[in-house]
Amino acid sequence: MINLFSLKQKQKEAADGTGGRVPVKKQSAGELRVQKDISELNLSKTTFISFPNGKDDLLNFEITIRPDEGYYMGGTFVFSFKISPIYPHEAPKVKCKTKVYHPNIDLEGNVCLNILREDWKPVLSINSIIYGLQYLFLDPNPDDPLNQEAADVLKDHPKQFESNVKRSMAVKNIRKFATY
Amino acid sequence: MDMQGRWEDIDHLLLRQGTLVGPEFEPCAELRESLHNDLRVLVIGAGGLGCELLKDLALSGFGNIDVIDMDTIDVSNLNRQFLFRMHDVGKPKAVVAAEKVMQRVKGVKVVPHYGRIEEKDDEFYRQFQIIALGLDSLEARSYINSVVCSFLEYEADGSPALPTIIPMVDGGTEGFKGHARVIIPGVTPCFYCTLGLFPPQVTYPLCTLAETPRSPAHCIEYVHLIQWGQERPGDSFDADNPEHMKWIFDKAFKRAEQFKIAGVTYSLTQGVVKNIIPAIASTNAIISAACALETLKIATMCCRSMDNYMMYMGTQGVYTHTLSHEKDPNCLVCSPGVPFEVDSSISLQKFIELLLEDPQFKDKLSKPSISYQKRNLYMQAPPVLEEMTRPHLNSPLFELMEKAGGTLNVNDKKLTGILRVNVSFRGHNDTVMDMDTAGGG
Repeated sequence: MINLFSLKQKQKEAADGTGGRVPVKKQSAGELRVQKDISELNLSKTTFISFPNGKDDLLNFEITIRPDEGYYMGGTFVFSFKISPIYPHEAPKVKCKTKVYHPNIDLEGNVCLNILREDWKPVLSINSIIYGLQYLFLDPNPDDPLNQEAADVLKDHPKQFESNVKRSMAVKNIRKFATY
Repeated sequence: MDMQGRWEDIDHLLLRQGTLVGPEFEPCAELRESLHNDLRVLVIGAGGLGCELLKDLALSGFGNIDVIDMDTIDVSNLNRQFLFRMHDVGKPKAVVAAEKVMQRVKGVKVVPHYGRIEEKDDEFYRQFQIIALGLDSLEARSYINSVVCSFLEYEADGSPALPTIIPMVDGGTEGFKGHARVIIPGVTPCFYCTLGLFPPQVTYPLCTLAETPRSPAHCIEYVHLIQWGQERPGDSFDADNPEHMKWIFDKAFKRAEQFKIAGVTYSLTQGVVKNIIPAIASTNAIISAACALETLKIATMCCRSMDNYMMYMGTQGVYTHTLSHEKDPNCLVCSPGVPFEVDSSISLQKFIELLLEDPQFKDKLSKPSISYQKRNLYMQAPPVLEEMTRPHLNSPLFELMEKAGGTLNVNDKKLTGILRVNVSFRGHNDTVMDMDTAGGG
């Protein structure tokens, strides 16, 4: 494999021509895979994507969802996606940047979606996560709450929940409705 | 300077023929001299595995070793990272390890590099004939794998070009378990080919953390992932900051009391937050010994290499199993890509048309997106990216590829993976440098 005797010669040659070049940034496994995911995105008419750092940084982007049905109809919700260099081994880190009154999203923007954490598999893709997020707005799940108060209201007083959601989206002040 | 008999055992391997020797092995005394004087090996990581590796390699006759590590010595390292002493705490691992090995093993030269592997350029890594890895993260392995595989070139017949191969020997341990593997880019699977071998990370459902914690780890993760952001907004958490860690521990302890869960300790907090697995010195020693031996085999061919992955279990006695993983023929990192020669004058638009017309691609592609290294040359979707990359369509591909041939990644809905197309330009192969200087003069 390595010819030890030719090494001496090679080293002499190498000694002549090694300059102080800048490190070359290699494409990480995550970048390669996310390129594929993004080029195949299938966004519905209620979902939008943007790249705050320009076209060459696909590891950080934002997804905007504007539900056209359900409790959250008419709202605009922005999620930041941060893809790890070892994606898809590790799930993307997703945060909700819009304050929202939702049983599965807390006021710091943490999102409780199984495929973002314990049920993530490398065969899933950015598309799967976007579907999951859209589903959260169509069918908020009070049984796995991150915002316990919102979940209790949804379970016990769905009408009240609906009006809380509407008011929260109108005044953008969710904390008022944190308790019922 | 050498003591009589110092190399006797190595000489048993290098001076005799045998039935297990590697291809083209010729026993002779120069082999050992060359191992000592000419061959250069890089050890990445000077921690638990790195200390062992450095010692083993130096004692096996390797004379020129470089070691790179970004860490400084912590008091908790001293139980197993035996090159370090109490008075070394706080100093760079690479520097201290190099000094200690040179003190103890006469005639060996160890050059330390205190810093991150990403800070070194390609030329740095190209200097070495073998790279031995003593790392603890998948990120670092993945990075060095992409660097070393990017050196790999293929011959016209599709076989890997030997002078462009830098073999890697990788060790890893996790408590009682470990692995050693040999990665010969283009020949055996690279890290990316076998990414699925790495155990998935332990994560807990956020709602469990928030509402129904059942274990001490749940309490710690809750404080780490949720409470920190609530109570210290804007303050980014640093796992190496003792005040931050103490804060997490205190809050987790309170939360555990509230839910009547016992067992939150400071060291468990560190373990959960930094994903630390207890390190066992003898596991490190066994795995490093296997790695050092593989390094010696590759360097001298005194024995055929391990093919290609050895797993070790120390829980039920000493159990090992060696298996031959297979290369992914379409691997994004180490596969050769499909050769494609084009005229240097064509635009990106024309290139895409040529791809769609070419008999070897046309059935596989419908709307290909093209990227080169870190740049997206043209993305067909989503519309916002299409718009941003559209101006490239009229640019010459030769310029977009920085006046060099290379591998383009082609994405298409019709493809299950990514298609790698190895582009060369007619009339510009290998003569780019000459033409540049000719133009200047």
